[in-house]
Amino acid sequence: MGEKKVIDARDTYCPGPLMELITYMKQASVGDTLELLSTDEGSAADVPEWIHKVGHEVVSNEKVEGVWHIQVRKAK
Amino acid sequence: MKILVVGGGTGGTILANNLARRLSGEIRARKVRITLLTASDRHMYQPGLLYVAFGQMATDQLYRDQASLLESSIDFHVDPVEQFHLDKNQVTTKNGKVHEYDMLVIATGSRIVPEQIPGLTEGAETFYTEATAVKMFKCLREFQGGKVAVVVGVPHKCPIAPVELIFLLHDYFKARGIRDKVTIKYHYPIGRIHTIENVAKWAKPEFERMGIEYETLFNVKEVDVKNKVVKSEEGTETGYDLLIAIPPHRGMEVIEENNLGQGGWIPTDRYKLTMKDHDNVYVLGDTTNLPVSKTGSAAHFEAEVIAENIASIVKIGAPVRDYDGKVYCFIEAGHDRATYAMFNYLNPPDLKPASKPMHWFKVAYNQMYWTSVRGLL
Ligand SMILES: Cc1cc2nc3c(=O)[nH]c(=O)nc-3n(C[C@H](O)[C@H](O)[C@H](O)COP(=O)(O)OP(=O)(O)OC[C@H]3O[C@@H](n4cnc5c(N)ncnc54)[C@H](O)[C@@H]3O)c2cc1C
Repeated sequence: MGEKKVIDARDTYCPGPLMELITYMKQASVGDTLELLSTDEGSAADVPEWIHKVGHEVVSNEKVEGVWHIQVRKAK
Repeated sequence: MKILVVGGGTGGTILANNLARRLSGEIRARKVRITLLTASDRHMYQPGLLYVAFGQMATDQLYRDQASLLESSIDFHVDPVEQFHLDKNQVTTKNGKVHEYDMLVIATGSRIVPEQIPGLTEGAETFYTEATAVKMFKCLREFQGGKVAVVVGVPHKCPIAPVELIFLLHDYFKARGIRDKVTIKYHYPIGRIHTIENVAKWAKPEFERMGIEYETLFNVKEVDVKNKVVKSEEGTETGYDLLIAIPPHRGMEVIEENNLGQGGWIPTDRYKLTMKDHDNVYVLGDTTNLPVSKTGSAAHFEAEVIAENIASIVKIGAPVRDYDGKVYCFIEAGHDRATYAMFNYLNPPDLKPASKPMHWFKVAYNQMYWTSVRGLL
Protein backbone atom coordinates (compact mmCIF):
# COMPACT_ATOMS: atom_id res chain seq x y z
CA MET A 1 0.00 0.00 0.00
CA GLY A 2 1.59 3.28 -1.13
CA GLU A 3 1.13 6.82 0.18
CA LYS A 4 -2.00 8.95 -0.41
CA LYS A 5 -1.61 12.22 -2.26
CA VAL A 6 -4.22 14.97 -2.53
CA ILE A 7 -4.44 16.89 -5.81
CA ASP A 8 -6.22 20.18 -5.35
CA ALA A 9 -7.79 20.96 -8.72
CA ARG A 10 -10.64 23.05 -7.32
CA ASP A 11 -11.50 26.23 -9.21
CA THR A 12 -9.27 25.67 -12.17
CA TYR A 13 -10.07 25.69 -15.87
CA CYS A 14 -6.72 24.93 -17.41
CA PRO A 15 -5.12 22.40 -17.32
CA GLY A 16 -8.24 21.11 -15.53
CA PRO A 17 -8.84 18.24 -13.08
CA LEU A 18 -8.42 15.20 -15.35
CA MET A 19 -5.26 16.61 -16.95
CA GLU A 20 -3.88 17.24 -13.44
CA LEU A 21 -4.75 13.69 -12.40
CA ILE A 22 -3.01 12.23 -15.47
CA THR A 23 0.15 14.21 -14.58
CA TYR A 24 0.19 12.90 -11.01
CA MET A 25 -0.73 9.33 -12.00
CA LYS A 26 2.39 9.27 -14.18
CA GLN A 27 4.53 10.25 -11.18
CA ALA A 28 2.84 7.82 -8.75
CA SER A 29 3.95 4.25 -7.99
CA VAL A 30 1.74 1.20 -8.44
CA GLY A 31 -0.45 0.87 -5.33
CA ASP A 32 -0.50 4.62 -4.54
CA THR A 33 -3.87 6.22 -3.82
CA LEU A 34 -4.54 9.73 -5.14
CA GLU A 35 -7.42 11.92 -4.09
CA LEU A 36 -8.55 14.48 -6.67
CA LEU A 37 -10.51 17.52 -5.45
CA SER A 38 -12.57 19.11 -8.19
CA THR A 39 -15.34 21.68 -8.52
CA ASP A 40 -15.90 20.77 -12.17
CA GLU A 41 -19.17 18.83 -12.57
CA GLY A 42 -17.76 16.96 -15.57
CA SER A 43 -15.03 15.34 -13.44
CA ALA A 44 -17.43 12.98 -11.65
CA ALA A 45 -18.02 11.18 -14.95
CA ASP A 46 -14.80 11.95 -16.91
CA VAL A 47 -12.37 10.76 -14.30
CA PRO A 48 -13.94 7.29 -13.68
CA GLU A 49 -14.30 6.81 -17.44
CA TRP A 50 -10.60 7.43 -17.97
CA ILE A 51 -9.56 5.38 -14.93
CA HIS A 52 -11.56 2.37 -16.17
CA LYS A 53 -10.32 2.71 -19.73
CA VAL A 54 -6.67 2.69 -18.64
CA GLY A 55 -7.21 -0.05 -16.05
CA HIS A 56 -6.66 1.77 -12.74
CA GLU A 57 -9.20 1.66 -9.90
CA VAL A 58 -11.77 4.15 -8.54
CA VAL A 59 -11.79 3.77 -4.75
CA SER A 60 -14.53 6.33 -4.02
CA ASN A 61 -16.34 9.22 -5.69
CA GLU A 62 -18.40 11.60 -3.59
CA LYS A 63 -19.49 15.22 -3.48
CA VAL A 64 -18.97 17.03 -0.19
CA GLU A 65 -20.09 20.68 0.08
CA GLY A 66 -19.83 21.30 -3.66
CA VAL A 67 -16.44 19.59 -4.07
CA TRP A 68 -15.96 16.22 -5.75
CA HIS A 69 -13.55 13.97 -3.85
CA ILE A 70 -12.46 11.20 -6.20
CA GLN A 71 -10.04 8.64 -4.84
CA VAL A 72 -8.23 6.46 -7.34
CA ARG A 73 -5.57 3.78 -7.04
CA LYS A 74 -2.77 3.27 -9.56
CA ALA A 75 -3.11 -0.37 -10.55
CA LYS A 76 -0.35 -0.85 -13.12
CA MET B 1 17.95 43.26 1.60
CA LYS B 2 19.26 40.74 -0.95
CA ILE B 3 16.73 39.56 -3.53
CA LEU B 4 17.86 36.67 -5.71
CA VAL B 5 16.01 35.68 -8.89
CA VAL B 6 16.90 32.30 -10.40
CA GLY B 7 15.88 31.98 -14.06
CA GLY B 8 15.91 34.71 -16.71
CA GLY B 9 13.08 33.56 -18.96
CA THR B 10 9.70 35.21 -19.32
CA GLY B 11 8.79 35.16 -15.62
CA GLY B 12 12.20 35.93 -14.09
CA THR B 13 12.95 38.78 -16.50
CA ILE B 14 9.59 40.52 -16.05
CA LEU B 15 9.85 40.12 -12.29
CA ALA B 16 13.42 41.42 -12.00
CA ASN B 17 12.71 44.49 -14.18
CA ASN B 18 9.43 45.29 -12.47
CA LEU B 19 11.07 44.99 -9.06
CA ALA B 20 14.11 47.05 -10.08
CA ARG B 21 11.77 49.91 -11.08
CA ARG B 22 9.63 49.69 -7.97
CA LEU B 23 12.74 49.65 -5.76
CA SER B 24 14.95 52.03 -7.73
CA GLY B 25 15.31 54.41 -4.76
CA GLU B 26 16.23 51.60 -2.37
CA ILE B 27 18.74 50.17 -4.89
CA ARG B 28 20.39 53.59 -5.33
CA ALA B 29 20.56 53.96 -1.54
CA ARG B 30 22.18 50.48 -1.41
CA LYS B 31 19.44 49.16 0.85
CA VAL B 32 18.37 46.59 -1.75
CA ARG B 33 20.29 44.48 -4.23
CA ILE B 34 18.64 42.44 -7.00
CA THR B 35 20.67 39.60 -8.50
CA LEU B 36 19.51 37.52 -11.47
CA LEU B 37 21.16 34.18 -12.23
CA THR B 38 20.29 32.38 -15.43
CA ALA B 39 21.46 29.61 -17.73
CA SER B 40 21.77 31.41 -21.07
CA ASP B 41 23.04 34.76 -22.38
CA ARG B 42 20.20 34.72 -24.93
CA HIS B 43 16.47 35.04 -24.28
CA MET B 44 14.14 33.07 -26.53
CA TYR B 45 10.60 34.11 -27.50
CA GLN B 46 9.28 30.55 -27.29
CA PRO B 47 5.87 31.10 -28.95
CA GLY B 48 7.84 31.96 -32.11
CA LEU B 49 8.84 28.29 -32.43
CA LEU B 50 5.41 27.42 -33.80
CA TYR B 51 5.90 29.98 -36.59
CA VAL B 52 9.42 28.63 -37.27
CA ALA B 53 7.91 25.17 -37.77
CA PHE B 54 5.74 26.59 -40.57
CA GLY B 55 8.44 28.74 -42.18
CA GLN B 56 6.78 31.95 -41.00
CA MET B 57 9.59 33.20 -38.73
CA ALA B 58 13.38 33.04 -39.06
CA THR B 59 15.27 31.45 -36.18
CA ASP B 60 17.30 34.59 -35.39
CA GLN B 61 14.04 36.49 -34.83
CA LEU B 62 13.46 34.29 -31.77
CA TYR B 63 16.31 35.77 -29.73
CA ARG B 64 17.55 38.88 -27.94
CA ASP B 65 20.61 39.24 -25.71
CA GLN B 66 19.41 38.70 -22.16
CA ALA B 67 21.55 41.59 -20.84
CA SER B 68 19.86 44.02 -23.25
CA LEU B 69 16.45 43.23 -21.71
CA LEU B 70 17.42 44.01 -18.12
CA GLU B 71 17.42 47.20 -16.07
CA SER B 72 21.03 48.26 -15.57
CA SER B 73 20.63 48.19 -11.78
CA ILE B 74 20.18 44.41 -11.82
CA ASP B 75 23.28 42.40 -10.93
CA PHE B 76 23.14 39.82 -13.75
CA HIS B 77 25.16 36.62 -14.22
CA VAL B 78 24.96 33.77 -16.69
CA ASP B 79 25.81 31.14 -14.12
CA PRO B 80 23.12 28.52 -13.47
CA VAL B 81 22.29 27.42 -9.96
CA GLU B 82 23.26 23.85 -9.12
CA GLN B 83 22.40 23.67 -5.43
CA PHE B 84 19.66 25.28 -3.39
CA HIS B 85 20.32 25.44 0.38
CA LEU B 86 16.96 26.78 1.51
CA ASP B 87 17.80 26.15 5.17
CA LYS B 88 20.80 28.51 4.88
CA ASN B 89 19.25 31.03 2.43
CA GLN B 90 22.00 30.27 -0.09
CA VAL B 91 22.46 28.88 -3.58
CA THR B 92 25.63 27.56 -5.22
CA THR B 93 26.21 28.05 -8.94
CA LYS B 94 27.93 26.07 -11.67
CA ASN B 95 30.98 28.34 -11.32
CA GLY B 96 31.09 27.47 -7.63
CA LYS B 97 29.92 30.86 -6.43
CA VAL B 98 27.71 31.08 -3.33
CA HIS B 99 24.90 33.67 -3.38
CA GLU B 100 23.09 34.54 -0.17
CA TYR B 101 19.59 35.96 -0.15
CA ASP B 102 16.86 37.31 2.07
CA MET B 103 14.25 36.60 -0.57
CA LEU B 104 14.50 34.06 -3.36
CA VAL B 105 12.41 33.78 -6.53
CA ILE B 106 12.59 30.55 -8.53
CA ALA B 107 11.58 30.78 -12.21
CA THR B 108 13.56 28.02 -13.91
CA GLY B 109 10.80 26.97 -16.34
CA SER B 110 10.23 23.47 -17.69
CA ARG B 111 11.81 21.09 -20.20
CA ILE B 112 10.53 18.58 -22.71
CA VAL B 113 11.01 14.88 -21.95
CA PRO B 114 9.99 13.03 -25.14
CA GLU B 115 12.30 10.18 -24.06
CA GLN B 116 9.69 9.20 -21.45
CA ILE B 117 7.56 7.75 -24.25
CA PRO B 118 9.27 4.93 -26.15
CA GLY B 119 9.75 5.81 -29.82
CA LEU B 120 8.58 9.42 -29.52
CA THR B 121 12.00 11.05 -30.00
CA GLU B 122 12.78 9.01 -33.13
CA GLY B 123 9.25 8.78 -34.48
CA ALA B 124 7.68 12.20 -34.00
CA GLU B 125 8.26 15.73 -35.22
CA THR B 126 7.83 18.50 -32.68
CA PHE B 127 8.40 22.25 -32.44
CA TYR B 128 9.29 22.80 -28.79
CA THR B 129 12.99 23.53 -29.44
CA GLU B 130 14.70 25.50 -32.19
CA ALA B 131 16.32 22.41 -33.74
CA THR B 132 13.11 20.35 -33.75
CA ALA B 133 11.03 23.25 -35.12
CA VAL B 134 13.45 23.63 -38.06
CA LYS B 135 13.43 19.85 -38.63
CA MET B 136 9.62 19.81 -38.54
CA PHE B 137 9.46 22.58 -41.14
CA LYS B 138 11.74 20.66 -43.51
CA CYS B 139 9.63 17.57 -42.99
CA LEU B 140 6.38 19.44 -43.72
CA ARG B 141 7.88 20.89 -46.90
CA GLU B 142 8.79 17.45 -48.17
CA PHE B 143 5.43 15.92 -47.25
CA GLN B 144 3.42 15.16 -50.36
CA GLY B 145 0.33 13.63 -48.76
CA GLY B 146 -0.86 10.89 -46.40
CA LYS B 147 -1.94 10.55 -42.79
CA VAL B 148 -0.84 13.18 -40.28
CA ALA B 149 -1.39 12.25 -36.62
CA VAL B 150 -1.08 14.81 -33.81
CA VAL B 151 -0.58 13.50 -30.26
CA VAL B 152 -0.33 15.39 -26.97
CA GLY B 153 1.86 14.48 -23.97
CA VAL B 154 0.95 15.39 -20.37
CA PRO B 155 1.75 17.79 -18.82
CA HIS B 156 2.74 20.29 -21.49
CA LYS B 157 3.34 24.01 -21.65
CA CYS B 158 1.15 26.21 -23.83
CA PRO B 159 -2.11 24.23 -23.72
CA ILE B 160 -3.44 26.15 -26.73
CA ALA B 161 -0.60 24.89 -28.98
CA PRO B 162 -2.30 21.58 -29.99
CA VAL B 163 -5.36 23.43 -31.34
CA GLU B 164 -3.30 26.17 -33.05
CA LEU B 165 -1.16 23.48 -34.65
CA ILE B 166 -4.26 21.96 -36.31
CA PHE B 167 -5.33 25.30 -37.82
CA LEU B 168 -1.81 25.93 -39.09
CA LEU B 169 -1.50 22.45 -40.61
CA HIS B 170 -4.83 22.84 -42.41
CA ASP B 171 -3.86 26.25 -43.82
CA TYR B 172 -0.34 25.09 -44.74
CA PHE B 173 -1.46 22.07 -46.76
CA LYS B 174 -4.23 24.12 -48.36
CA ALA B 175 -1.76 26.79 -49.44
CA ARG B 176 0.41 24.09 -51.00
CA GLY B 177 -2.63 22.73 -52.87
CA ILE B 178 -2.36 19.26 -51.29
CA ARG B 179 -5.00 19.46 -48.55
CA ASP B 180 -7.14 16.87 -50.36
CA LYS B 181 -4.21 14.42 -50.23
CA VAL B 182 -3.76 14.81 -46.46
CA THR B 183 -5.85 13.47 -43.57
CA ILE B 184 -5.26 15.07 -40.18
CA LYS B 185 -6.13 13.16 -37.01
CA TYR B 186 -5.94 14.87 -33.62
CA HIS B 187 -5.56 12.87 -30.39
CA TYR B 188 -6.20 14.44 -26.99
CA PRO B 189 -5.59 13.06 -23.48
CA ILE B 190 -8.98 13.89 -21.89
CA GLY B 191 -12.60 13.33 -22.90
CA ARG B 192 -13.05 16.43 -25.12
CA ILE B 193 -10.87 18.13 -27.74
CA HIS B 194 -9.53 20.77 -25.35
CA THR B 195 -9.16 20.87 -21.60
CA ILE B 196 -10.97 24.24 -21.37
CA GLU B 197 -14.62 23.39 -21.99
CA ASN B 198 -15.39 26.62 -23.86
CA VAL B 199 -12.32 26.19 -26.08
CA ALA B 200 -13.47 22.63 -26.85
CA LYS B 201 -16.98 23.89 -27.69
CA TRP B 202 -15.55 26.63 -29.91
CA ALA B 203 -13.02 24.38 -31.67
CA LYS B 204 -15.36 21.44 -32.42
CA PRO B 205 -17.31 23.06 -35.28
CA GLU B 206 -14.03 24.53 -36.59
CA PHE B 207 -12.50 21.03 -36.67
CA GLU B 208 -15.60 19.71 -38.45
CA ARG B 209 -15.42 22.53 -41.01
CA MET B 210 -11.78 21.66 -41.74
CA GLY B 211 -12.45 17.91 -41.87
CA ILE B 212 -10.20 17.09 -38.89
CA GLU B 213 -10.66 13.60 -37.42
CA TYR B 214 -10.22 13.31 -33.68
CA GLU B 215 -9.95 10.79 -30.89
CA THR B 216 -10.25 11.79 -27.23
CA LEU B 217 -9.01 9.94 -24.11
CA PHE B 218 -5.79 9.16 -26.00
CA ASN B 219 -2.61 9.24 -23.89
CA VAL B 220 0.46 8.26 -25.87
CA LYS B 221 2.02 5.06 -24.57
CA GLU B 222 4.53 4.28 -27.30
CA VAL B 223 5.40 4.82 -30.93
CA ASP B 224 6.16 1.83 -33.13
CA VAL B 225 8.52 3.70 -35.43
CA LYS B 226 9.10 0.76 -37.81
CA ASN B 227 5.42 0.18 -38.52
CA LYS B 228 4.44 3.85 -38.11
CA VAL B 229 1.80 3.24 -35.48
CA VAL B 230 1.19 5.29 -32.32
CA LYS B 231 -0.41 3.42 -29.39
CA SER B 232 -2.38 4.80 -26.44
CA GLU B 233 -2.53 3.91 -22.75
CA GLU B 234 -6.23 3.38 -23.37
CA GLY B 235 -5.56 0.49 -25.75
CA THR B 236 -6.20 2.11 -29.16
CA GLU B 237 -3.76 2.81 -32.00
CA THR B 238 -3.41 5.04 -35.05
CA GLY B 239 -1.30 4.53 -38.14
CA TYR B 240 0.49 7.58 -39.56
CA ASP B 241 2.78 8.81 -42.29
CA LEU B 242 3.76 11.92 -40.33
CA LEU B 243 3.50 12.05 -36.54
CA ILE B 244 3.62 15.41 -34.74
CA ALA B 245 3.84 15.46 -30.93
CA ILE B 246 3.41 18.00 -28.19
CA PRO B 247 5.98 16.32 -25.93
CA PRO B 248 5.41 15.70 -22.21
CA HIS B 249 7.24 18.09 -19.86
CA ARG B 250 8.95 18.06 -16.47
CA GLY B 251 10.41 20.86 -14.39
CA MET B 252 14.19 21.37 -14.57
CA GLU B 253 16.55 18.67 -13.33
CA VAL B 254 18.08 21.08 -10.78
CA ILE B 255 14.69 21.29 -9.04
CA GLU B 256 14.37 17.50 -8.86
CA GLU B 257 18.00 16.97 -7.84
CA ASN B 258 17.59 19.40 -4.93
CA ASN B 259 14.31 17.75 -3.87
CA LEU B 260 12.35 20.95 -4.28
CA GLY B 261 9.44 19.22 -5.97
CA GLN B 262 8.48 15.91 -7.52
CA GLY B 263 8.75 15.98 -11.31
CA GLY B 264 10.52 19.34 -10.99
CA TRP B 265 7.23 21.04 -10.02
CA ILE B 266 7.61 23.08 -6.83
CA PRO B 267 4.70 23.00 -4.33
CA THR B 268 3.41 26.58 -4.47
CA ASP B 269 0.64 28.46 -2.66
CA ARG B 270 -1.88 29.29 -5.36
CA TYR B 271 -2.62 32.81 -4.02
CA LYS B 272 0.61 33.93 -2.30
CA LEU B 273 2.93 32.21 -4.83
CA THR B 274 5.29 31.25 -2.01
CA MET B 275 6.88 27.83 -1.83
CA LYS B 276 5.22 25.48 0.65
CA ASP B 277 6.85 25.86 4.10
CA HIS B 278 9.22 28.59 2.86
CA ASP B 279 7.73 32.07 3.21
CA ASN B 280 10.82 33.83 1.78
CA VAL B 281 10.84 31.71 -1.39
CA TYR B 282 8.55 32.70 -4.28
CA VAL B 283 7.88 30.49 -7.29
CA LEU B 284 6.53 31.52 -10.66
CA GLY B 285 5.95 30.34 -14.20
CA ASP B 286 6.18 26.80 -15.50
CA THR B 287 8.02 25.38 -12.49
CA THR B 288 5.12 25.84 -10.03
CA ASN B 289 2.88 22.86 -9.30
CA LEU B 290 -0.15 25.16 -9.60
CA PRO B 291 -3.21 23.97 -11.51
CA VAL B 292 -2.63 26.93 -13.87
CA SER B 293 -1.64 26.76 -17.57
CA LYS B 294 2.09 26.68 -18.15
CA THR B 295 2.17 29.82 -20.28
CA GLY B 296 4.20 32.99 -20.61
CA SER B 297 0.98 34.79 -19.80
CA ALA B 298 0.59 33.09 -16.40
CA ALA B 299 4.30 33.73 -15.70
CA HIS B 300 3.76 37.41 -16.59
CA PHE B 301 0.77 37.94 -14.28
CA GLU B 302 2.43 35.98 -11.47
CA ALA B 303 5.60 38.08 -11.87
CA GLU B 304 3.60 41.29 -11.48
CA VAL B 305 2.00 40.03 -8.26
CA ILE B 306 5.31 38.86 -6.80
CA ALA B 307 7.11 42.10 -7.74
CA GLU B 308 4.40 44.19 -6.12
CA ASN B 309 4.44 42.02 -3.00
CA ILE B 310 8.23 41.91 -2.57
CA ALA B 311 8.41 45.68 -3.11
CA SER B 312 5.75 46.26 -0.50
CA ILE B 313 7.44 43.88 1.93
CA VAL B 314 10.55 46.06 1.53
CA LYS B 315 8.56 49.30 1.91
CA ILE B 316 5.86 48.48 4.48
CA GLY B 317 6.74 45.03 5.75
CA ALA B 318 3.75 43.16 4.25
CA PRO B 319 2.54 41.86 0.87
CA VAL B 320 -0.45 43.61 -0.69
CA ARG B 321 -2.22 41.24 -3.06
CA ASP B 322 -2.97 37.68 -4.10
CA TYR B 323 -2.63 36.03 -7.51
CA ASP B 324 -6.12 35.31 -8.83
CA GLY B 325 -5.12 32.69 -11.40
CA LYS B 326 -5.27 35.12 -14.33
CA VAL B 327 -4.19 33.87 -17.76
CA TYR B 328 -4.70 35.49 -21.19
CA CYS B 329 -3.94 33.40 -24.26
CA PHE B 330 -4.19 34.27 -27.91
CA ILE B 331 -5.54 31.45 -30.08
CA GLU B 332 -4.45 31.52 -33.73
CA ALA B 333 -7.41 30.14 -35.71
CA GLY B 334 -6.11 29.98 -39.28
CA HIS B 335 -7.21 32.11 -42.29
CA ASP B 336 -5.39 35.06 -40.63
CA ARG B 337 -7.92 34.95 -37.79
CA ALA B 338 -7.42 34.63 -34.04
CA THR B 339 -9.37 34.80 -30.80
CA TYR B 340 -8.31 34.72 -27.15
CA ALA B 341 -9.09 33.00 -23.86
CA MET B 342 -8.95 35.02 -20.66
CA PHE B 343 -9.75 33.33 -17.36
CA ASN B 344 -8.81 33.09 -13.70
CA TYR B 345 -9.44 30.65 -10.84
CA LEU B 346 -13.12 31.56 -10.65
CA ASN B 347 -14.18 32.68 -14.12
CA PRO B 348 -13.94 30.45 -17.20
CA PRO B 349 -13.06 32.04 -20.55
CA ASP B 350 -15.84 33.26 -22.79
CA LEU B 351 -14.59 32.76 -26.34
CA LYS B 352 -15.42 35.32 -29.03
CA PRO B 353 -15.59 34.33 -32.71
CA ALA B 354 -12.14 34.45 -34.32
CA SER B 355 -11.39 37.69 -36.19
CA LYS B 356 -8.68 39.21 -38.37
CA PRO B 357 -7.91 42.16 -36.03
CA MET B 358 -7.13 39.67 -33.21
CA HIS B 359 -4.70 37.87 -35.52
CA TRP B 360 -2.92 41.14 -36.35
CA PHE B 361 -2.81 41.95 -32.65
CA LYS B 362 -1.07 38.60 -32.04
CA VAL B 363 1.38 39.32 -34.88
CA ALA B 364 2.10 42.70 -33.26
CA TYR B 365 2.47 41.02 -29.86
CA ASN B 366 5.22 38.82 -31.31
CA GLN B 367 7.27 42.05 -31.39
CA MET B 368 5.68 43.68 -28.35
CA TYR B 369 6.91 40.71 -26.25
CA TRP B 370 10.33 42.37 -26.03
CA THR B 371 8.76 45.50 -24.56
CA SER B 372 6.69 43.33 -22.26
CA VAL B 373 9.65 41.41 -20.76
CA ARG B 374 11.43 44.70 -20.18
CA GLY B 375 8.47 45.41 -17.92
CA LEU B 376 7.28 48.36 -19.98
CA LEU B 377 3.93 46.92 -21.08
C1 LIG C 1 6.15 26.31 -28.99
C2 LIG C 1 5.71 27.13 -27.81
C3 LIG C 1 4.63 28.01 -27.95
C4 LIG C 1 4.22 28.77 -26.87
N1 LIG C 1 3.20 29.64 -27.04
C5 LIG C 1 2.79 30.43 -26.01
C6 LIG C 1 1.77 31.39 -26.20
O1 LIG C 1 1.22 31.57 -27.30
N2 LIG C 1 1.39 32.13 -25.12
C7 LIG C 1 1.96 31.98 -23.89
O2 LIG C 1 1.58 32.68 -22.96
N3 LIG C 1 2.95 31.05 -23.69
C8 LIG C 1 3.36 30.29 -24.73
N4 LIG C 1 4.38 29.37 -24.54
C9 LIG C 1 4.85 29.05 -23.16
C10 LIG C 1 5.84 30.04 -22.59
O3 LIG C 1 6.91 30.26 -23.47
C11 LIG C 1 6.34 29.51 -21.26
O4 LIG C 1 5.26 29.06 -20.48
C12 LIG C 1 7.09 30.60 -20.49
O5 LIG C 1 8.28 30.92 -21.17
C13 LIG C 1 7.37 30.18 -19.06
O6 LIG C 1 8.11 31.15 -18.42
P1 LIG C 1 9.13 30.77 -17.25
O7 LIG C 1 9.75 32.04 -16.83
O8 LIG C 1 8.46 29.92 -16.26
O9 LIG C 1 10.20 29.82 -17.96
P2 LIG C 1 11.17 30.13 -19.17
O10 LIG C 1 10.72 31.31 -19.94
O11 LIG C 1 11.32 28.85 -19.92
O12 LIG C 1 12.54 30.51 -18.48
C14 LIG C 1 13.28 29.65 -17.67
C15 LIG C 1 14.64 30.29 -17.44
O13 LIG C 1 15.34 29.60 -16.43
C16 LIG C 1 16.69 29.51 -16.80
N5 LIG C 1 17.27 28.39 -16.06
C17 LIG C 1 17.10 27.07 -16.27
N6 LIG C 1 17.82 26.36 -15.39
C18 LIG C 1 18.43 27.25 -14.57
C19 LIG C 1 19.32 27.13 -13.46
N7 LIG C 1 19.69 25.94 -13.00
N8 LIG C 1 19.76 28.26 -12.87
C20 LIG C 1 19.37 29.47 -13.33
N9 LIG C 1 18.55 29.64 -14.39
C21 LIG C 1 18.10 28.54 -14.99
C22 LIG C 1 16.66 29.35 -18.30
O14 LIG C 1 17.89 29.75 -18.88
C23 LIG C 1 15.52 30.31 -18.67
O15 LIG C 1 16.02 31.60 -18.84
C24 LIG C 1 4.85 28.62 -25.61
C25 LIG C 1 5.94 27.76 -25.48
C26 LIG C 1 6.38 27.01 -26.56
C27 LIG C 1 7.55 26.10 -26.41
